[in-house]
Amino acid sequence: MMNFIWAFLLIVSFICAIVTGRMPQLSQAVMDGAENAVSLVIATMGMMCVWTGLMKIAEQGGLTALLAKLFSPIFRRLFPDYDKDSPAAKAICMNLTANLLGLGNAATPLGIAAMKEMQAARLDPSSHTANNSMVMFVVMNTASIQLIPTFMATLRAQYGSKAPFDLLPAIWIASIVSLLVGFIIAKLLQGRTHKECRSI
Amino acid sequence: MNLSALNTFSAYVIPVAVISIVVFGLIRRVPVFDTFLSGAKEGFSSAVSILPSLVGLIVAVSMLNASGALELLSHFLAPVTNALGFPAEVMPMAILRPISGSGSTAMLTQIFGSHGPDSFIGRVASVIMGSTETTFYAIAVYFAAVGIKKTRHAIPAALAADFTGYVMSVLTVNLFFPPS
Repeated sequence: MMNFIWAFLLIVSFICAIVTGRMPQLSQAVMDGAENAVSLVIATMGMMCVWTGLMKIAEQGGLTALLAKLFSPIFRRLFPDYDKDSPAAKAICMNLTANLLGLGNAATPLGIAAMKEMQAARLDPSSHTANNSMVMFVVMNTASIQLIPTFMATLRAQYGSKAPFDLLPAIWIASIVSLLVGFIIAKLLQGRTHKECRSI
Repeated sequence: MNLSALNTFSAYVIPVAVISIVVFGLIRRVPVFDTFLSGAKEGFSSAVSILPSLVGLIVAVSMLNASGALELLSHFLAPVTNALGFPAEVMPMAILRPISGSGSTAMLTQIFGSHGPDSFIGRVASVIMGSTETTFYAIAVYFAAVGIKKTRHAIPAALAADFTGYVMSVLTVNLFFPPS
Protein backbone atom coordinates (compact mmCIF):
# COMPACT_ATOMS: atom_id res chain seq x y z
CA MET A 1 0.00 0.00 0.00
CA MET A 2 2.66 2.52 1.07
CA ASN A 3 4.87 1.45 -1.82
CA PHE A 4 2.17 2.52 -4.21
CA ILE A 5 1.31 5.75 -2.39
CA TRP A 6 4.90 6.89 -2.05
CA ALA A 7 5.71 6.26 -5.72
CA PHE A 8 2.46 7.97 -6.66
CA LEU A 9 3.34 11.12 -4.68
CA LEU A 10 6.79 11.32 -6.30
CA ILE A 11 5.54 10.77 -9.84
CA VAL A 12 2.68 13.25 -9.47
CA SER A 13 5.16 15.85 -8.18
CA PHE A 14 7.47 15.29 -11.14
CA ILE A 15 4.72 15.55 -13.72
CA CYS A 16 3.23 18.58 -12.01
CA ALA A 17 6.63 20.30 -11.87
CA ILE A 18 7.05 19.81 -15.63
CA VAL A 19 3.64 21.37 -16.26
CA THR A 20 4.11 24.30 -13.87
CA GLY A 21 7.78 24.77 -14.78
CA ARG A 22 8.93 24.44 -11.19
CA MET A 23 11.73 21.95 -11.73
CA PRO A 24 14.37 24.01 -9.85
CA GLN A 25 12.06 24.22 -6.82
CA LEU A 26 11.39 20.50 -7.04
CA SER A 27 15.09 19.78 -7.06
CA GLN A 28 15.55 22.03 -4.03
CA ALA A 29 12.62 20.35 -2.28
CA VAL A 30 14.34 16.95 -2.35
CA MET A 31 17.31 18.31 -0.43
CA ASP A 32 15.27 20.56 1.86
CA GLY A 33 12.83 17.78 2.66
CA ALA A 34 15.58 15.37 3.65
CA GLU A 35 17.22 18.01 5.82
CA ASN A 36 13.91 19.04 7.41
CA ALA A 37 13.09 15.45 8.32
CA VAL A 38 16.35 15.07 10.20
CA SER A 39 16.11 18.41 11.99
CA LEU A 40 12.51 17.61 12.91
CA VAL A 41 13.49 14.31 14.49
CA ILE A 42 16.38 15.94 16.35
CA ALA A 43 14.12 18.75 17.56
CA THR A 44 11.42 16.42 18.84
CA MET A 45 13.73 13.70 20.12
CA GLY A 46 14.45 15.41 23.44
CA MET A 47 10.79 15.76 24.33
CA MET A 48 10.10 12.19 23.23
CA CYS A 49 12.88 10.97 25.55
CA VAL A 50 11.52 13.01 28.45
CA TRP A 51 8.03 11.66 27.92
CA THR A 52 8.92 7.99 27.42
CA GLY A 53 11.23 8.27 30.44
CA LEU A 54 8.43 9.64 32.62
CA MET A 55 5.98 7.10 31.30
CA LYS A 56 8.42 4.34 32.18
CA ILE A 57 8.32 5.56 35.79
CA ALA A 58 4.51 5.51 35.70
CA GLU A 59 4.51 2.01 34.23
CA GLN A 60 7.03 0.65 36.73
CA GLY A 61 4.98 2.11 39.53
CA GLY A 62 2.01 0.13 38.26
CA LEU A 63 -0.02 3.08 37.00
CA THR A 64 -1.39 1.18 34.01
CA ALA A 65 -2.66 -1.69 36.19
CA LEU A 66 -4.05 0.77 38.75
CA LEU A 67 -5.93 2.83 36.18
CA ALA A 68 -7.07 -0.29 34.35
CA LYS A 69 -8.78 -1.39 37.57
CA LEU A 70 -10.34 2.05 37.95
CA PHE A 71 -11.68 2.11 34.41
CA SER A 72 -12.79 -1.50 34.26
CA PRO A 73 -16.45 -0.79 35.16
CA ILE A 74 -16.69 1.46 32.09
CA PHE A 75 -14.74 -0.79 29.76
CA ARG A 76 -16.64 -3.88 30.91
CA ARG A 77 -19.92 -2.39 29.79
CA LEU A 78 -18.54 -2.15 26.27
CA PHE A 79 -17.46 -5.77 26.27
CA PRO A 80 -20.31 -7.61 28.00
CA ASP A 81 -19.24 -10.98 26.56
CA TYR A 82 -16.36 -11.30 28.98
CA ASP A 83 -16.45 -11.92 32.69
CA LYS A 84 -14.69 -9.19 34.66
CA ASP A 85 -11.96 -11.55 35.87
CA SER A 86 -11.41 -13.21 32.50
CA PRO A 87 -7.97 -12.82 30.91
CA ALA A 88 -9.61 -11.17 27.89
CA ALA A 89 -11.25 -8.45 30.00
CA LYS A 90 -7.99 -7.74 31.82
CA ALA A 91 -5.97 -7.50 28.62
CA ILE A 92 -8.60 -5.20 27.07
CA CYS A 93 -8.48 -2.87 30.10
CA MET A 94 -4.69 -2.78 30.12
CA ASN A 95 -4.52 -1.94 26.41
CA LEU A 96 -7.13 0.81 26.58
CA THR A 97 -5.44 2.36 29.61
CA ALA A 98 -2.05 2.29 27.88
CA ASN A 99 -3.71 4.09 24.95
CA LEU A 100 -5.14 6.75 27.26
CA LEU A 101 -1.67 7.37 28.67
CA GLY A 102 -0.18 7.50 25.17
CA LEU A 103 2.07 4.49 25.77
CA GLY A 104 2.22 3.50 22.10
CA ASN A 105 5.06 1.03 22.60
CA ALA A 106 3.25 -0.76 25.41
CA ALA A 107 -0.27 -0.54 23.99
CA THR A 108 0.34 -2.60 20.86
CA PRO A 109 1.63 -5.78 22.56
CA LEU A 110 -1.16 -5.47 25.17
CA GLY A 111 -3.68 -5.10 22.36
CA ILE A 112 -2.36 -8.16 20.54
CA ALA A 113 -2.56 -10.08 23.83
CA ALA A 114 -6.19 -8.94 24.19
CA MET A 115 -7.01 -10.09 20.64
CA LYS A 116 -5.43 -13.49 21.37
CA GLU A 117 -7.48 -13.86 24.56
CA MET A 118 -10.64 -12.92 22.72
CA GLN A 119 -9.88 -15.43 19.98
CA ALA A 120 -9.11 -18.17 22.54
CA ALA A 121 -12.42 -17.52 24.33
CA ARG A 122 -14.49 -18.22 21.21
CA LEU A 123 -16.45 -21.39 20.51
CA ASP A 124 -14.30 -21.86 17.44
CA PRO A 125 -10.83 -20.43 18.17
CA SER A 126 -9.68 -21.16 14.61
CA SER A 127 -12.32 -18.88 13.07
CA HIS A 128 -11.15 -16.37 10.49
CA THR A 129 -14.10 -14.05 11.04
CA ALA A 130 -14.03 -11.27 13.62
CA ASN A 131 -16.67 -11.28 16.35
CA ASN A 132 -18.46 -8.20 17.64
CA SER A 133 -16.19 -7.67 20.64
CA MET A 134 -13.09 -7.84 18.47
CA VAL A 135 -14.49 -5.27 16.07
CA MET A 136 -15.42 -2.98 18.97
CA PHE A 137 -11.96 -3.35 20.46
CA VAL A 138 -10.17 -2.60 17.20
CA VAL A 139 -12.43 0.39 16.51
CA MET A 140 -11.45 1.75 19.93
CA ASN A 141 -7.82 1.30 18.98
CA THR A 142 -8.25 3.12 15.67
CA ALA A 143 -9.65 6.16 17.49
CA SER A 144 -7.07 8.19 19.35
CA ILE A 145 -7.91 8.33 23.05
CA GLN A 146 -4.54 9.66 24.17
CA LEU A 147 -5.02 12.23 26.95
CA ILE A 148 -1.90 14.28 26.26
CA PRO A 149 -0.69 14.15 22.64
CA THR A 150 2.90 15.07 23.42
CA PHE A 151 4.41 14.44 20.00
CA MET A 152 1.89 16.73 18.36
CA ALA A 153 2.42 19.45 20.99
CA THR A 154 6.19 19.21 20.52
CA LEU A 155 5.75 19.62 16.77
CA ARG A 156 3.56 22.67 17.33
CA ALA A 157 6.13 24.22 19.66
CA GLN A 158 8.83 23.47 17.10
CA TYR A 159 6.96 25.50 14.48
CA GLY A 160 6.56 28.48 16.80
CA SER A 161 3.20 27.86 18.46
CA LYS A 162 2.67 30.26 21.38
CA ALA A 163 0.65 27.75 23.37
CA PRO A 164 1.20 24.24 21.99
CA PHE A 165 -1.23 22.72 24.50
CA ASP A 166 -4.13 25.15 24.11
CA LEU A 167 -5.81 22.68 21.77
CA LEU A 168 -6.23 19.97 24.40
CA PRO A 169 -9.93 20.62 25.16
CA ALA A 170 -10.70 20.74 21.43
CA ILE A 171 -8.82 17.47 20.89
CA TRP A 172 -10.60 15.79 23.80
CA ILE A 173 -14.04 16.74 22.56
CA ALA A 174 -13.22 15.71 18.98
CA SER A 175 -11.81 12.38 20.26
CA ILE A 176 -14.80 11.58 22.44
CA VAL A 177 -17.36 12.41 19.78
CA SER A 178 -15.55 10.42 17.09
CA LEU A 179 -15.18 7.47 19.46
CA LEU A 180 -18.91 7.59 20.24
CA VAL A 181 -19.74 7.63 16.54
CA GLY A 182 -17.42 4.65 16.05
CA PHE A 183 -19.33 2.76 18.78
CA ILE A 184 -22.73 3.61 17.43
CA ILE A 185 -21.85 2.65 13.87
CA ALA A 186 -20.25 -0.59 15.09
CA LYS A 187 -23.38 -1.41 17.13
CA LEU A 188 -25.70 -0.56 14.25
CA LEU A 189 -23.77 -2.64 11.74
CA GLN A 190 -23.11 -5.67 13.90
CA GLY A 191 -26.70 -6.89 13.94
CA ARG A 192 -26.90 -6.95 10.19
CA THR A 193 -24.03 -9.36 9.67
CA HIS A 194 -24.19 -13.13 9.97
CA LYS A 195 -25.80 -14.49 13.09
CA GLU A 196 -23.20 -17.07 14.09
CA CYS A 197 -20.73 -14.26 14.71
CA ARG A 198 -22.79 -12.94 17.55
CA SER A 199 -21.85 -15.76 19.90
CA ILE A 200 -18.30 -15.58 21.12
CA MET B 1 -14.14 30.19 26.05
CA ASN B 2 -11.82 32.56 27.88
CA LEU B 3 -8.49 32.45 26.06
CA SER B 4 -6.31 33.49 29.01
CA ALA B 5 -7.89 30.81 31.20
CA LEU B 6 -7.10 28.33 28.44
CA ASN B 7 -3.50 29.53 28.34
CA THR B 8 -3.10 29.27 32.11
CA PHE B 9 -4.57 25.79 31.99
CA SER B 10 -2.27 24.70 29.18
CA ALA B 11 0.75 26.10 31.04
CA TYR B 12 -0.02 23.73 33.91
CA VAL B 13 -0.43 20.56 31.85
CA ILE B 14 3.21 19.58 31.47
CA PRO B 15 4.59 20.58 34.90
CA VAL B 16 1.68 18.91 36.70
CA ALA B 17 2.08 15.74 34.63
CA VAL B 18 5.84 15.63 35.30
CA ILE B 19 5.56 16.20 39.04
CA SER B 20 2.67 13.83 39.60
CA ILE B 21 4.41 11.01 37.75
CA VAL B 22 7.63 11.47 39.71
CA VAL B 23 5.81 11.69 43.05
CA PHE B 24 3.75 8.63 42.10
CA GLY B 25 6.99 6.78 41.29
CA LEU B 26 8.52 7.76 44.62
CA ILE B 27 5.45 6.57 46.53
CA ARG B 28 5.56 3.24 44.68
CA ARG B 29 9.31 2.99 45.47
CA VAL B 30 10.42 3.13 41.85
CA PRO B 31 14.09 4.10 41.33
CA VAL B 32 12.88 7.18 39.47
CA PHE B 33 16.01 8.42 37.74
CA ASP B 34 17.25 4.98 36.65
CA THR B 35 13.79 4.16 35.31
CA PHE B 36 13.60 7.52 33.57
CA LEU B 37 16.89 6.77 31.82
CA SER B 38 15.79 3.37 30.57
CA GLY B 39 12.53 4.87 29.29
CA ALA B 40 14.31 7.80 27.66
CA LYS B 41 16.55 5.31 25.86
CA GLU B 42 13.44 3.70 24.38
CA GLY B 43 12.20 7.10 23.27
CA PHE B 44 15.56 7.80 21.69
CA SER B 45 15.59 4.57 19.73
CA SER B 46 12.00 4.94 18.59
CA ALA B 47 12.77 8.49 17.39
CA VAL B 48 15.73 7.10 15.45
CA SER B 49 13.64 4.27 14.04
CA ILE B 50 10.99 6.60 12.58
CA LEU B 51 13.68 8.74 10.88
CA PRO B 52 13.95 6.74 7.62
CA SER B 53 10.21 6.73 6.94
CA LEU B 54 9.95 10.42 7.88
CA VAL B 55 12.79 11.29 5.48
CA GLY B 56 11.06 9.38 2.69
CA LEU B 57 7.68 10.94 3.28
CA ILE B 58 8.77 14.49 4.08
CA VAL B 59 10.80 14.49 0.86
CA ALA B 60 7.73 13.28 -1.03
CA VAL B 61 5.45 15.89 0.56
CA SER B 62 7.99 18.70 0.03
CA MET B 63 8.19 17.71 -3.62
CA LEU B 64 4.43 17.61 -3.87
CA ASN B 65 4.31 21.11 -2.43
CA ALA B 66 7.18 22.54 -4.50
CA SER B 67 5.72 21.18 -7.73
CA GLY B 68 2.49 23.05 -7.11
CA ALA B 69 0.51 19.78 -6.91
CA LEU B 70 -0.75 20.49 -3.39
CA GLU B 71 -1.91 23.96 -4.37
CA LEU B 72 -3.62 22.54 -7.42
CA LEU B 73 -5.33 19.83 -5.38
CA SER B 74 -6.51 22.34 -2.77
CA HIS B 75 -7.78 24.59 -5.52
CA PHE B 76 -9.59 21.65 -7.06
CA LEU B 77 -11.11 20.50 -3.76
CA ALA B 78 -11.96 23.98 -2.47
CA PRO B 79 -15.53 24.18 -3.84
CA VAL B 80 -16.46 20.91 -2.13
CA THR B 81 -14.60 21.39 1.13
CA ASN B 82 -15.55 25.06 1.49
CA ALA B 83 -19.20 24.09 1.25
CA LEU B 84 -18.58 21.83 4.25
CA GLY B 85 -16.55 24.53 6.05
CA PHE B 86 -13.46 22.36 5.91
CA PRO B 87 -10.15 23.98 4.88
CA ALA B 88 -9.05 22.50 1.55
CA GLU B 89 -5.38 22.78 2.60
CA VAL B 90 -5.94 20.12 5.27
CA MET B 91 -7.61 17.69 2.86
CA PRO B 92 -4.42 15.93 1.60
CA MET B 93 -3.43 15.26 5.24
CA ALA B 94 -6.91 13.99 6.06
CA ILE B 95 -6.75 11.56 3.14
CA LEU B 96 -3.34 10.24 4.22
CA ARG B 97 -4.13 10.11 7.93
CA PRO B 98 -5.77 6.65 8.18
CA ILE B 99 -3.14 5.08 5.93
CA SER B 100 0.21 6.39 7.12
CA GLY B 101 1.34 7.93 10.40
CA SER B 102 4.61 9.27 8.98
CA GLY B 103 2.87 10.48 5.84
CA SER B 104 0.32 12.50 7.76
CA THR B 105 3.05 13.83 10.07
CA ALA B 106 4.91 14.99 6.96
CA MET B 107 1.74 16.73 5.75
CA LEU B 108 1.24 18.30 9.17
CA THR B 109 4.75 19.81 9.18
CA GLN B 110 4.06 21.09 5.67
CA ILE B 111 0.89 22.81 6.93
CA PHE B 112 2.68 24.22 10.00
CA GLY B 113 5.46 25.52 7.75
CA SER B 114 3.12 27.26 5.29
CA HIS B 115 0.32 28.46 7.55
CA GLY B 116 1.71 28.35 11.11
CA PRO B 117 0.53 26.07 13.92
CA ASP B 118 -1.69 28.76 15.48
CA SER B 119 -3.61 29.56 12.29
CA PHE B 120 -7.11 28.18 11.76
CA ILE B 121 -5.73 25.69 9.23
CA GLY B 122 -2.87 24.70 11.55
CA ARG B 123 -5.23 24.18 14.45
CA VAL B 124 -7.71 22.10 12.48
CA ALA B 125 -4.84 19.91 11.27
CA SER B 126 -3.55 19.57 14.85
CA VAL B 127 -6.93 18.50 16.20
CA ILE B 128 -7.29 15.93 13.42
CA MET B 129 -3.86 14.49 14.22
CA GLY B 130 -4.65 14.43 17.93
CA SER B 131 -8.08 12.87 17.66
CA THR B 132 -7.52 10.17 15.04
CA GLU B 133 -5.13 7.26 14.55
CA THR B 134 -3.50 5.36 11.71
CA THR B 135 -6.70 3.35 11.26
CA PHE B 136 -5.61 0.83 8.63
CA TYR B 137 -2.38 0.09 10.44
CA ALA B 138 -4.20 -0.74 13.69
CA ILE B 139 -6.77 -2.88 11.87
CA ALA B 140 -4.04 -4.77 10.03
CA VAL B 141 -1.87 -5.36 13.10
CA TYR B 142 -4.61 -6.52 15.46
CA PHE B 143 -6.57 -8.76 13.12
CA ALA B 144 -3.46 -10.27 11.55
CA ALA B 145 -2.15 -11.16 15.03
CA VAL B 146 -4.97 -13.70 15.46
CA GLY B 147 -5.42 -14.75 11.85
CA ILE B 148 -8.72 -12.94 11.27
CA LYS B 149 -9.40 -12.42 7.58
CA LYS B 150 -13.00 -11.24 7.64
CA THR B 151 -13.01 -7.98 9.57
CA ARG B 152 -16.76 -7.43 9.01
CA HIS B 153 -17.84 -3.93 10.02
CA ALA B 154 -14.50 -2.85 11.55
CA ILE B 155 -13.38 -0.70 8.59
CA PRO B 156 -16.68 1.16 8.04
CA ALA B 157 -17.06 1.87 11.77
CA ALA B 158 -13.43 2.99 12.16
CA LEU B 159 -13.62 5.23 9.09
CA ALA B 160 -16.88 6.74 10.32
CA ALA B 161 -15.05 7.62 13.54
CA ASP B 162 -12.20 9.21 11.55
CA PHE B 163 -14.62 11.21 9.44
CA THR B 164 -16.36 12.43 12.60
CA GLY B 165 -12.94 13.51 13.92
CA TYR B 166 -12.49 15.64 10.79
CA VAL B 167 -15.88 17.30 11.14
CA MET B 168 -15.36 17.82 14.88
CA SER B 169 -11.94 19.41 14.33
CA VAL B 170 -13.51 22.34 12.48
CA LEU B 171 -16.36 22.65 14.97
CA THR B 172 -14.15 22.56 18.09
CA VAL B 173 -11.54 24.96 16.68
CA ASN B 174 -14.33 27.41 15.85
CA LEU B 175 -15.78 26.91 19.32
CA PHE B 176 -12.55 27.49 21.28
CA PHE B 177 -10.90 29.96 18.89
CA PRO B 178 -13.75 31.93 17.34
CA PRO B 179 -12.68 33.83 14.23
CA SER B 180 -12.49 37.51 15.16
